[in-house]
Formats: sequence, C-alpha cells, structure tokens
Amino acid sequence: MATIHVDGRTYEVDGADNLLQACLSLGLDIPYFCWHPAMGSVGACRQCAVRQYKDEDDTRGMLVMSCMTPARDQTRISIDDEEARRFRASVIEWLMINHPHDCPVCEEGGHCHLQDMTVMTGHDRRRYRFRKRTHRNQYLGPFIAHEMNRCITCYRCVRFYNDYAGGDDLGAFGAGDNIYFGRQQEGVLQSEFSGNLTEVCPTGVFTDQTHSDHYTRKWDLQFAPGICHQCAVGCNISPGERYGEIRRIENRFHGEVNGYFLCDRGRFGYGYVNRDDRPLQPLRGGRGDGRPKIADLDDALSHAGSALRDARRVIGIGSPRASLESNHQLCRLVGEENFSTGIAAGELECLTLMNTLQRECGLGTPTLREVEEHDAILVLGEDPIQSAARLGLSLRQAVLGRHRELAGQRGIPDWNAEAVKTIGQDNYHPLFIAWPAATGLDSVARSRLALAPDDIARLGYAVAAFIDDTAPAVEGLDTALQDAAREIACALLAARRPLVVSGGSLESTAILGAAGNVARALARRERDGGLLLVRREANSTGVSLMGGLSLERALDELTAQRADTLVVLENDLYQRLPAARVDAALQASQYLLVLDHQTTPTLRQADLALPAASFAEGDGTLVSLEGRAQRFFQVYEPRLMRPETRIHESWRWLHALQASRREQPIDDITLDAVTRDCAETCPALAGIIEAAPGADFRVAGLKLAREPHRYSGRTAMRANQHVSEPRSPQDPDTPFAYSMEGYSGFDRPRQQVAFAWAPGWNSPQAWNKFTDEVGGHLTGGDPGVRLLKPAPTDTGKTGSAYTTNIPTTFTTDRNQWRIVVLPALFGGEETSARSQPIQERGGDARMTLSSADARALDISDGDFVTATLNGDALTLGVQLDPHWPDGLLGLPAGTAPPGSQGAGASLGPAASQPAPESRQPGEVHP
Amino acid sequence: MMNETTATQTIASDGDGFTLHPEDRDAILHECGHFEQPQAACIEALKIVQRRHGWVPDGAIQAIADTLGIGPASVEGVATFYSLVFRQPVGRHVILLCDSSSCFLTGYETLRDALFHHLGIEFGQTTEDGRFTLLPVCCLGGCDRGPVLMIDDETFGPVRPEDLETLLEAWS
Amino acid sequence: MSRIDTLRYRSQLRQHADERKKDTHPLTWRLNDDGSPVWLREYQEKDGYAAVRKVLGQKSPDDVIATMKEANVRGRGGAGFSAGVKWSLTMRGDDIPRGYLICNADEMEPGTFKDRLLMEQQPHLLIEGMILGAYANNSRFGYIFLRGEYVDAAHALERALVEARQAGLLGSDIVGSGFDFDIALHTGAGRYICGEETALINALEGGRANPRAKPPFPGQSGAWGKPSVVNNVETLCNVPAVLLNGVAWYQGLSGDLSDDGGTKLYGVSGHAQRTGLWELPMGIPGTELLDRAGGLHDGKQLKAWLPGGASTGFLLPEHLELALDFDTIGKAGSRMGTGLLTLVTEDQSMVSLMRNLETFFARESCGWCTPCRDGLPWTVRLLQALENGEGAEGELELLDQLAADCGPGLTFCAHAPGAAMPLSSALRYFRHEFEQGVTRPPQPAHADPIPVGGE
Repeated sequence: MATIHVDGRTYEVDGADNLLQACLSLGLDIPYFCWHPAMGSVGACRQCAVRQYKDEDDTRGMLVMSCMTPARDQTRISIDDEEARRFRASVIEWLMINHPHDCPVCEEGGHCHLQDMTVMTGHDRRRYRFRKRTHRNQYLGPFIAHEMNRCITCYRCVRFYNDYAGGDDLGAFGAGDNIYFGRQQEGVLQSEFSGNLTEVCPTGVFTDQTHSDHYTRKWDLQFAPGICHQCAVGCNISPGERYGEIRRIENRFHGEVNGYFLCDRGRFGYGYVNRDDRPLQPLRGGRGDGRPKIADLDDALSHAGSALRDARRVIGIGSPRASLESNHQLCRLVGEENFSTGIAAGELECLTLMNTLQRECGLGTPTLREVEEHDAILVLGEDPIQSAARLGLSLRQAVLGRHRELAGQRGIPDWNAEAVKTIGQDNYHPLFIAWPAATGLDSVARSRLALAPDDIARLGYAVAAFIDDTAPAVEGLDTALQDAAREIACALLAARRPLVVSGGSLESTAILGAAGNVARALARRERDGGLLLVRREANSTGVSLMGGLSLERALDELTAQRADTLVVLENDLYQRLPAARVDAALQASQYLLVLDHQTTPTLRQADLALPAASFAEGDGTLVSLEGRAQRFFQVYEPRLMRPETRIHESWRWLHALQASRREQPIDDITLDAVTRDCAETCPALAGIIEAAPGADFRVAGLKLAREPHRYSGRTAMRANQHVSEPRSPQDPDTPFAYSMEGYSGFDRPRQQVAFAWAPGWNSPQAWNKFTDEVGGHLTGGDPGVRLLKPAPTDTGKTGSAYTTNIPTTFTTDRNQWRIVVLPALFGGEETSARSQPIQERGGDARMTLSSADARALDISDGDFVTATLNGDALTLGVQLDPHWPDGLLGLPAGTAPPGSQGAGASLGPAASQPAPESRQPGEVHP
Repeated sequence: MMNETTATQTIASDGDGFTLHPEDRDAILHECGHFEQPQAACIEALKIVQRRHGWVPDGAIQAIADTLGIGPASVEGVATFYSLVFRQPVGRHVILLCDSSSCFLTGYETLRDALFHHLGIEFGQTTEDGRFTLLPVCCLGGCDRGPVLMIDDETFGPVRPEDLETLLEAWS
Repeated sequence: MSRIDTLRYRSQLRQHADERKKDTHPLTWRLNDDGSPVWLREYQEKDGYAAVRKVLGQKSPDDVIATMKEANVRGRGGAGFSAGVKWSLTMRGDDIPRGYLICNADEMEPGTFKDRLLMEQQPHLLIEGMILGAYANNSRFGYIFLRGEYVDAAHALERALVEARQAGLLGSDIVGSGFDFDIALHTGAGRYICGEETALINALEGGRANPRAKPPFPGQSGAWGKPSVVNNVETLCNVPAVLLNGVAWYQGLSGDLSDDGGTKLYGVSGHAQRTGLWELPMGIPGTELLDRAGGLHDGKQLKAWLPGGASTGFLLPEHLELALDFDTIGKAGSRMGTGLLTLVTEDQSMVSLMRNLETFFARESCGWCTPCRDGLPWTVRLLQALENGEGAEGELELLDQLAADCGPGLTFCAHAPGAAMPLSSALRYFRHEFEQGVTRPPQPAHADPIPVGGE
C-alpha cells in the first residue's frame, strides 16, 4: 500500500499501480485513451496529464502522464490543476482535428469513450480551420466494420490484437499524422478474438458489423445479465434487445471468468435467436403428412396431457444446452429412471470422469483469472482456442507471465507494457500442447506434439510416471516420446504453479485418465497446481452432475418398445447419434413431444412441438467447465412485440404439462421455486440457489432496471399494433424490471449488472465504476457459485487412485482411417452454427490428412475426397498438414457425422464436387 | 510524400504472383545472423527486395514475412514507416532533394521549381519515360554546400538550376 | 575534372594539415588535406589503436568509466549528456547478460554535417572508440546505425571493419586482451526520429522507430532487452585520445573557454563566404567561427542563427559573443545541439523558415504521441496561412500555445520539444514578422481551406 495526496486529500492506494489506475480505482476521473486495465500503459495519447509535486514545499510541480507515473508512497498530484485541465483539453482538440464528428451516423455514438472523454475535458470549440486528412476503409470480414477516419491513433487495437491476443494480421501502417490501422491487405480478420476490437477501440473505427446490420443505440437497448451458451466456459455477456430481436452482445465484466474479453463465437453467434424459422407457437402433427398445424395453447396442453396420461412409459431426453431448471423439470415429469441427459454414452462417460477427477485428483480447478497465474502448462488432447476460446486467451496470458517475471527482476512494473514486452522478447513460461493439428497457441508453446489420440494418452501417462514413480509406467514408449515426457515432467515440477489442461474434445477416457494421473502425481509431489477440464456445451457440466441415462440407453428403451412416448428437451438428437439409430427410436415411439427454440430435424417430426425460450427469452442456471453455477436472465418478453408468440422457458412448459397430465389447473410457478426444488433434489447441485439473488432481491427497495434511463420510444414502438401502450411486462422470476424504472447505478454493490453505465461513462469503460479496483472484481462480488470443489485428499489415497487404462500405440491402417473430430470455433457448435455471420466466417469445411498419406493416395491440397463411414458418405476438400500424424483423418466438428469421433472410415475419390453453399452448418444429416 | 499514400496503397494490393528471388532469400536469411531476432532483418530485407525491383511490390510483404517467420502486418508496418522504402513503383533513378533548413536558406525552392519544370513532375511522381522519380528528403548532411540533392547513390551540391541539364544527362 | 565531379559533394574541413596538430586536434589531426581516407596502415602509423592496446586488459572497465566521467566528455549528438555518467549507468555483472554498444550515425539533424567527415575519412577512429566503449560497458557486440543516404561512409566503414577484423582488432581476444567484441554496420531506411536513441533501438530491432518510454533506460533494458549504450559518432571519436592522453590534457584542450573538455567539430552553413567544418576548442565564441567563415555573402547582415541544428532555439547576432558550449548556450535560452551554426540573413523571412522547419518536424513525427502527431501539422497549416497573408487574429497566441504544449515532459520524446524551441524563440524575437501575416478577423472557418500537406 502507498499513501498519495490528490488535490490536497489523502488516499491509500496500491503502490504497484500507476497513478491513473490508482485514481480510477479511487473513483477519481482522469481522462485516458491508450491505457487499458488489461493492457497497461504506453504513454502514447498524453490524455491523462496531471500535475505532480516533488514534496509539500513544491508549489510549481510539473505536468506528468499519470499512466506512466508510479503511485509511489507520498506522491503528490493535482488533477484539478488549471494547466493540467487546459492541456488535457488541448489533447482532445488535437485528436479531434481529423475526427469526422459523424456521431449521429456512427455506431459508436452513445457508448463512445471518445465522446465521454471529450465531455469530461470540456473541449467544445473547434479552432482547427483547415482540411481534414481522410483514409479509405477495408473489408475485414463478417464481424468487424472499419471506419478509419474516426481513428484517434491510440494504438489500442494493435496492442490488443497482436500483443494480447497473438494475432499477426492487423498492423499500424504509415507515420506522422498518416497512421493507418488495418490489414496488410483487405480480408477477413483471422483472430478468434477480433470482436474485442469493438470494445477496445475508444471510438467507432472497429464496430460490430452484425449489430450495424440492425442497429440500435445503447440507450435504446434492453439488457439483462446473460451467460454465453456457445461453449462451456460460461463467459458473462450483456445481450441487448430491441423490437423483439437481439441486436448485439457485449462483454459483461466478470473478475474471475472472462474479464474484459469475449471470443468471436460468443459475441457474434447470437443470430439463431433471431432466425425467422424459429417455432413461435405450438405445432401439431409434425409426423403426419402435410405441414404441421399451429395449435392454440389449451388444445396443445390438453392434447399433450392426455398423450402423457395414456402413455405406457414416458422417456424424457434432456439437454446439455438447456438450463438446469428445464432439465430438472423434465426429470420431474418423467421420473429419474426415465430421464436421460441427452448426451451420448461416450461423451457422458468422459463428463462423469471429469467431475470425479476435479473432486479427487488432489488439484483444484482454477478460474480463468487464476489460469493466468500459472507458470507451466501441459495441454493434453485439447485445442483450447477452438474448444473453449476464452480459456485459450487466458492460457496465452499465463505463458506471457514470464515477461512480467523478467521485468520484475529489473524493477520494471507490470503496467509498463512496452518495457515488459521488450525485456520479455520471446521468453515464455513453458507450454506443452499434445494435439494432432496446429493450434492458435503454438507460437508461444515450448513444443506442440502432433500425436494420435492414443499416443497423447501414452505421453500423459509417461509424464505422470516421470513425476511420480509410483504412477503406472508406459510400456514400449519410443525414445522421442520418452524425452518429451521427461522434459514436460521437469518443467511442471520446476514450476511454482503447474497447470494441466485436458478435456472431452477427443472423447477419450484414456487421455482424461492420463491428465488425471499427471494431476495426482503433481498433488503427491505437493505442487500447488491446477487441473482444468474442457467440456463441450454450455451446461454439459451441470447436466452430468444431475445425472441420467445416456442418450443411447434412452433410445433403446423406445426401439425395444419398453417405452412408447418421448419428450425431448432442447436437443437435436441427430447432432449426437447416427441418423439410423435416432430414426428407429422415433419411429418406434407412439408420441413425440419436442420443446426447442430452434426448428431442428428432431422438432420437425414432433407430434407436438412447443416453442421454448432461448437464453434471450428465458431464465435459468448453467454450470460452466470450472464448475461455476451461473444464472442467466430473460432479456425481453417476446409477446410484447409479437403477441401471437407462445414462447416460454421449457421449465415452465414442463410444469404446465405436468399439471395437464394430472388434469389439474395450471398454477403459477417461478424460477426460484424450480431452482430450489432442483437444488434440494440433487445434492451435487445444492449450491445453485446461491448462483444469483432471488426474485425478491432489491437495491434500496427498487427492482433492477433492464433499460437505461434514456430508453426512448416505449410508447411509440408498438404504435403500429395498438394506440394504447400495454402495461410493461411483469417479471415474477427475477429482480429485474422490463423498464428503465429501477436501480441501474454503480454506487451500491451488486453482482448482477445488466448493462454498465455511470454518469459520464457510457462506453464499456464504465465497468471500471462497478469494480472494487480497475481490473479487479465487481463490488457486489463476481457472479456465480463454485460447485466442483476438490474433496480433501490424503496423498496416499490419490496415489492409489492412479488410472491404468494405458492404450497401445496407434498404428496406421490405410484401409481404415481413424477419424479425429476437431473442435471448430466457427461452425462446431449447434446453435451458433445457425447464425449467418458464423457460417460466413467458418467458410468451407476441409478434411485434414498428413502430407505423407496424401502422397501415398496421390491427393494434393484442395482435392475433393469422399470419406465413407457406416454408410454415410462425406465429400470435402482436403487440407494437408505436414505435421499431422499418418493414418488419421481430421474432420471439423459440425461437419463430421455424429458419433464419428475415433471411428474408422474409408477414403475414395470424390463422387461429385458439392457446391459450398450446399453445406448448411447446424443442419448436418440426414 | 510517399508515406502519404502507402498506408492506403495496401488496400489495393493482391499478394499474388510474387516470388522471392533465391539470392534475395539467402541474403535475407544471412542478414538474420547479425541479430538476436529475425524481425531485426526486416528493414534490410525490404531494401534487398527494393534493390532488385526498384520498389517493394505488395506480394513481397508476405514473402518477407514468411522468410523471417513474422506477421505480414508487422512487415507492412515497417515498410510503410520508413521513407526510403518505396511501396509504389519508382523510376530508374530516384532524385532525393533536400528540403531542410540550410538548403531552404540557400535556394532549395528555386532548385525545386527548376526540377519540377525540367522533369515535368512534382514530388512523389515519376517522369513519363520512367527515368526519374522525384522525392523530398530531410537533411542530407551537405548543409555547407546547399542546396543539395541525391541521385541514386551520389550526392551533389551546391546545385544551381543551370546545372540540372548537365547533371541529369549522366543518368539515362 | 568534369562539371559533374565539381558538383559532387565532399566534406569541407577548413583547416590545413599545418594547423591540425596531434595534441590540439585529436579528431582531425590524422586527416589528409585532399580528403583521402585514412586506412588502417596510416591510422596505426599515426598512433591508431594505441589507446586500445593501452587500455584493454591493462585498465579495468571501471577505470575507463571514471576517466571518461572526469574528462567530462559530453554527448556530441546534441544533448550534451556526460558519456562517462551514461556508461556508469549501464547494468553490468555476472547475473546481467552482456549487451550492445550502438553508435548513433543517423546524422539527420538539419544543419548538421560533421559525423560524415569522421566516418568517410577516418573510420578507424570511430571503431577504436567503439572497442573502448564496448570494453567499458561489457558489450558483446556493436552496431553502427548509419543513415542509408551516407553511401560513402558505408563503404569506408565496411572496408575499415574488414581491416580491423583482419588485424585482430575486432573479434575474439582483441590484441590478446581476452576481450571479445565485433561490430556490424546497419544502414537505416530514412526517418529523422531514428536519431532518438530508443527509437534507434526499435529501428535496429527491425520495428517501427517509435521511441521507448524511459525508464527503463537503454542501460537497463535496451536492444532486445539487454543493457545497451547509444553514443554519437563524434562522442565515440573522442574516447581514444582521452584514454591515451588523460583527463588533464583533455580538459586543457578547452582551457578557460569552457568546463566542457576537449575539442568540438564546429561548422557553419547558410550565406557565409566559407561554409564548412573546423575542429576548435570547446567553448570558442560564435564570433570566431563567423570570422573563420569569412563573414556573410556580399555584405549581408545577420538576422538570427541556430547554434546546432533545427531543434535548437534561434539566437540573435549579439549572442555570437557567447561561448559555444552546452551550458552557456543553454542559459541563453537555446541549446548548443550539434554546434553547427545555421545563419539567417536579414533579407530572409522567419515565417517561411519556420514553416519549413515545422513542415520537417511534422513530416518526421513517428506518429506515436498526440501533441507531436496532430499538433505539429496544425502548426504547419497556421504558418502556411501566415506566410500567405491569410492568418486570422488570435492565431499567433494559438501558435504560442501549441509551442508550449509541445514542451518537454508533455510529449513522449524530445522530437516535439525540438520543434517547439525554434518556434517559440522565433515568435519571441521576430513576432512582428508573424503579425504581418495576420490579415483576417477571428472567423469560424476558412472560406477556402488550405490543402493538407501542401506547400
């Protein structure tokens, strides 16, 4: 701690900070541009000038840049100093020289940091009377719009894109007052994190193209705290709605999970919510000939009620992309013995194993923030940038931690970004990645071992054996892998905090067993390490904790006529198992009831399809890969703009179905009741009640507002439907109100923040007002509650728990290619793959072969080849990878037929070359 | 000025159809040997390419990036920063006319106008016959004999308008 | 000799061999009147590398640094910072990696043409200075960062480096001292800012030449994060004589003229009779220099002069009496800079000259910090307007403020302050000239805007 004096008042601050950080953390406003809490200081914009005095007697002092001045003990500064104010106004005046002042037509307007800072400095008269310099713009892909004339040259974009996120296709060009930020040539930005440019850029140079296509000002959007549903990381998002559509998704600061940044799938993958082919009303007769008919609510429910009453046995298939509440309510409807997780057996086995490991391996599960504190990392059988992108970004920060370490040794503070980079050069904390294909982290990895899944497992087991000789040894390991394993083991043992990352992407219990052994070995050597295991879907962890039959078991019950009725919850079974097997079960069922928010092949066959709420229209709880239960809140009430719709949360539907099955009147039910019931029924989920405050939560007696104070057009926006404005929808389930009435301030601690706004702070920079210190934690505590805690272990016990299912080394068989399904950030996840921008970004799927195999087959890069596995034929262009292991055939998730992970396939010349657009992501097979 | 246009020039670029001459590739890799990091050879690499082509074609950016194992954007960032790296085609000979203070005080503007007239071009332009490109340059360190100009590798001064005829003849 | 040959530029040292003596002209006494380069044989016949043989292995690096400090060799690149002090701040030690000694040969300060003489005609003096500097700073390798336009200097240095390597003066175990050091020549690709030592390091690393924040100073974390020293050519050329002849001798060179030791390569450019270079004791008055330059062309009157390049403040004729050293000129409100005078005659417009100077600084801004990147081009436009008689009321005050806002500490490096110093001094001494350009009442916008960048 340090004592500093600001304008005559005395404060306690963190002496390791710079003055800008320290003052902002104290709630004192100093304007700034190039500094960013996650990226440190570079002193470029000169906006944060304050007057610093040597000591009490120094009356003159001098202007310094607060971002480049350490907050040393007894520092004396003045922010209000007349000359400092005037200089800060001059800086804005210079920045405005070439700025187009096009705020009225600029997407940034209303949440623009440049606007905020301009107002803050009081610059309001233009004296520059000459011509402005202009630039041409570039096409940067489906995500990011480019308007260089607005640029104020703060260099944040390139610092984030290159230094923080590891991109190499965005640069600063030119010199003098002719600096240009863009690509070396027009084209799609290649970074998986490009979307953060829209928040990192202090003005409207890089804006959200998907938002621009249906634009609404921030103040006219309705928000709710959301949880990203596009992978298992559980990033906190702030979705904004207008006219019954999600208009954009912005980052919602979470001190332990996503911090200030999201991945591009999470930010731009929301389009499925707005699809016009969504089920909006109950539909009957999907399986009959002719189109399904719209049914009114009572018919639908009584129809379903009687069907359920008459059923011999009802099987309920849940879903890892649905909330705990919905899954629980389905379980209540059909009974535990008839409830399926909706997850295929192979994946389910991995999920269960992962839960066990996180409880029993002896190492804790780090949050993403904690991940960044680790100093040696082994990634076993995962490609985090593709399977859990935000985690990948944190892993990168972890290895870059070596830079800060070296800087510290020379007395260079963490925040001195360029100096830290200079001293760091290409020194990184050791990162080892065992994965067959190239990954986005290879450039900062000590080594990437391109291995077949079985050999990845063998490597892991060998590492464990090197760390602890009581761990099972690997027979017949070749010397190359021996040496690699030894090097990895040494690096992990030498580290202060070693981290093991693995997961279910390859659906290999052997790999997970190996990761578990490494973790156990480290625990036995008393290393303060961590184990992080990647799950596939938003609620994979939660549903696996809840438990239930595998999808196969559930389908068999129907195929074998042991059950005749099927209720499917937010799950497209064709995504998970081969079509034939699903068809058989559905045909065998007398009655098929499907609840979903997407029109899937499964839903199309339903006798009754009920329109479920997506994350945007419903509330619920998810459990992330770190075992954090987090609540997402309904953003808008669809009936307000489209009265005909009958969209409800699945848990609400299922409650109604239960009632009509019992021929009882449908009583009210609230989220809190279902959550409580779920927590009480399932011990593993007991904590979820604490995941977020209940519906009765109030701040100063007020509900929380979903809309900013300036929300406009409330009476007008429905005028085309009715002259009178209906009462704003009521929300019995959450503490949030569908209006601007209610609390939306920052001065009282709260963890659930729908949108960040503070007086004078309209941009995402406003988050600094909601945190205990800049870059710290929300003043009300970071949302969510951890469910997966390590069981207290004595090393003896963990030692005895070593796994021994060590596979034999993989051998090539050119008649039976071993399929490896590769997670794909764009196109590899069911719902986001239904969003147009994601499809555009994903491009054409390719299958991967090793160069050697290609030569043997006389195939060259780009050739089209047909892979055949259990009847299904798949024709794709070939992509050659010199390091890719021989004998493997790589298929991108989303294109690979379900259940093909690890299966064998035969290869042949392409029957016919399919036109690219014939492939509809999210619509794979039959 | 060249750098006025380079930044936006990158927009029109298509990386196709450029291959690094084997000799240039070797020269670039050899240059890496002088430094701790390959990035350091970036400026020299651009100059090597420019020596062969007279300028740095768009395709060369990716080629150099691949050779050095660095990002194409950082290569373009360097290429567009330095004033003697040309990202547009230039004539067979480049005239650098010093426009700094001492030359300014000893007749730079007269010489400049004479050159404009003599060559029929202005700064940043190339004569129709592709013979000369004219660029301003900062102090050539010949202040005691201003006004000074450079043609390719040779520096001349003081140069009077009446000298231009004879002087430029020597460069075909 | 053809007309073209007579036009070809060559450095003009205006002192004959009989004046340049070993004990009074350490920088130039070896040079030939015909300007032919002094190669290794001749250099060694004239005591060349004697200092290296005397120092390496014989004296400790700390002794060398102490001597340099005591002799008070001040940086000849323009800043005048004590080379000895700079060297004493270089991190050395067993746990510290050996770093780099970098020679700043990016001579681009308008009005400056001294280093090229030393490099073109006596490259070994620089190399010897670098070897000694490397020894003192425990540098493992040296770079000469030479501006690309100095083609002749490049040839001379390349040849000298080969000669030195062959003679065992570079490479491993130099003159049997056990000290290893070698030098590579690195030619730049333009940009004045490369002369700023940290920008130079970024350029050397193959990046954009944006300066770096200090601290950390290059001595802590320079090229590739290793301890690095950046010295100007002339500074390094002073080192051999200092170490060979000692502190007393070096201090004696400037005698009572100045506390700064040694000699200085002074020069004159502009409308003088005999422009060129002279090696003279540090601290001689400007009048002597002007006399040696034979006064101004056809009886013109001197209006103002820049003491050492475009980034120094204007001084008036009466200031010619002052000693040309760092402190004296500093007290007069300017900087000595490189010590090469630029003369302005009374018939030359200060407004036009300022416009030219600011155009230079605006164009050469690296674009990193706001006042420099966006403030200087505005200054240029305002000066263009004044020059064209289109200035508006209040714009002189605006220029005052722009100059003030580019002061030291307010900008990221010394580039913008260098642009501000001549501007503020010109506005102070010759305000009437600027006022003549103000013809318009304060008005919101210019009817016919002046195109950006156009001259």
